[in-house]
Amino acid sequence: MATYSTNEFKQGLKIIIDNDPCSIIENNFVKPGKGQAFNRVKARNLKTGRVLEKTYKSGESVAGADVVDLDLQYLYHDGDLWHFMNKDNYEQCAADGNAMGDARHWIKGEEMCLVTFWNDVPLSVAAPNFVVLQVTETDPGLKGDTAQGASKPATLETGAVVKVPLFVEHGDLLKIDTRTGAYVSRTKE
Amino acid sequence: MTTDSSWQPDASLQIIKQRASLLRKIRDFMDTREIIEVDTPQLSHYGISDPYIQSLTTTRTVEKDTLLYLQTSPEFCMKRLLAAGSGSIYQIAHVFRDEESGPCHSTEFTMLEWYRVGFDYYRLMDEVDALLAHIGLQTSAKMTYAEAFMQTVHIDPHSVVTKALAALCRQWGWDTAVDDRHAMLDFIFSTVVIKNINTATPLIIYDYPACMAALATLKQAESIIVSERFELFINGMEIANGFNELTDAAEQRKRFEADLMARRDKQLREVPIDRKLLAALHSGLPECAGIAVGIERLLMVLSGKEDISEVSTYTLANN
Repeated sequence: MATYSTNEFKQGLKIIIDNDPCSIIENNFVKPGKGQAFNRVKARNLKTGRVLEKTYKSGESVAGADVVDLDLQYLYHDGDLWHFMNKDNYEQCAADGNAMGDARHWIKGEEMCLVTFWNDVPLSVAAPNFVVLQVTETDPGLKGDTAQGASKPATLETGAVVKVPLFVEHGDLLKIDTRTGAYVSRTKE
Repeated sequence: MTTDSSWQPDASLQIIKQRASLLRKIRDFMDTREIIEVDTPQLSHYGISDPYIQSLTTTRTVEKDTLLYLQTSPEFCMKRLLAAGSGSIYQIAHVFRDEESGPCHSTEFTMLEWYRVGFDYYRLMDEVDALLAHIGLQTSAKMTYAEAFMQTVHIDPHSVVTKALAALCRQWGWDTAVDDRHAMLDFIFSTVVIKNINTATPLIIYDYPACMAALATLKQAESIIVSERFELFINGMEIANGFNELTDAAEQRKRFEADLMARRDKQLREVPIDRKLLAALHSGLPECAGIAVGIERLLMVLSGKEDISEVSTYTLANN
């Protein structure tokens, strides 16, 4: 595996910290007038999403993380794993629940997802930023109720539950922002 | 057709004028005090031995095997001038340091360096304050290195046991800290201590541990030995480094040789020791104190910019 010297540190570089793959968010060079220089690094743990801070002596070498992002099409869930296909070469792969995280709530099939691999194993999956899903269960719509900010829960076809305005009805198609899990609007498609 | 604007300077025209005004004020200040401006070469057959500073090198076609070093500071030539009887001198020079880059570091930068014959470092601190006032900044508060540690992390940097120091380093995010006291003190100082001292004014820290002496003299202060060196900080950023100059050629040679050993340990390139500097020290350097000031960092303070690239007329990336 490649190693990187602190001189090569930059935003987006993938390195191993505490045995986990991390992506550098910020790299600061700190040097006292007469003495040892350090690189203070802010990095995101690609497994947990957590941001951590680490310090290295300048010139130290750190193991790189073999991390690759691919746009793959979601095929199906077999009850245990989620299956994806590369549309370029028809290769398939499967992600487990850990890698899926919240993405599992937003996809039903055929969506293009960003799958991040670490050592050729899916590490995380990001659903498209916006998805359109049908409401399968919610309380009857209250026409004419214009109370600002009032909301109710609605269950979507994937099983996810989101907060929606009171006028939303069973069978409506909703646009959802998967990054926040928030209702955006009703839509015709 | 799209217009290519990549030829534009990095600094704004306003900053470029501010730089001109700062340099003029510095020269006025030096003139009134009868400190002579000198100009020494940037290219030398000798490099810096300090294991924490790396020189850039180049070669000429006529002497392909002879490495030439770009100066990391004009210090050595200026000391040879002092030994030659120049009296107090100053220089505004471009200097070069490899492997240094970040918001406060640039490979090439401008250094104001001046030497005061007959001054000790306390008198030089007063002169630094006078210069700060002259360019429109506040004068500095003063604190020893030990006091700065006591006030912020509550340890005595001179007597703290190495294990406790390593534990403190790990607590602040340096996991691999082991037994290099100097590096650990540097880490705590530059990432914790200096960021947590409450001061609205510039701050001078003085009396550094003996291991951080470089080319400064040492003195016995109660039970410990400290180096007669100080640094000026503004907004937590180091602006200047000054000290009583070591005049003892034998001691200087010893420190150079210790540097070369340290370079070997760190598997860094060996550099030829500047024997002309040693010869000058041997012939007699007058008692003096000297200081180096980062001009771009001073400009950052004066203009409120937070990245050195914003006060550099052209950055290396743009030239």
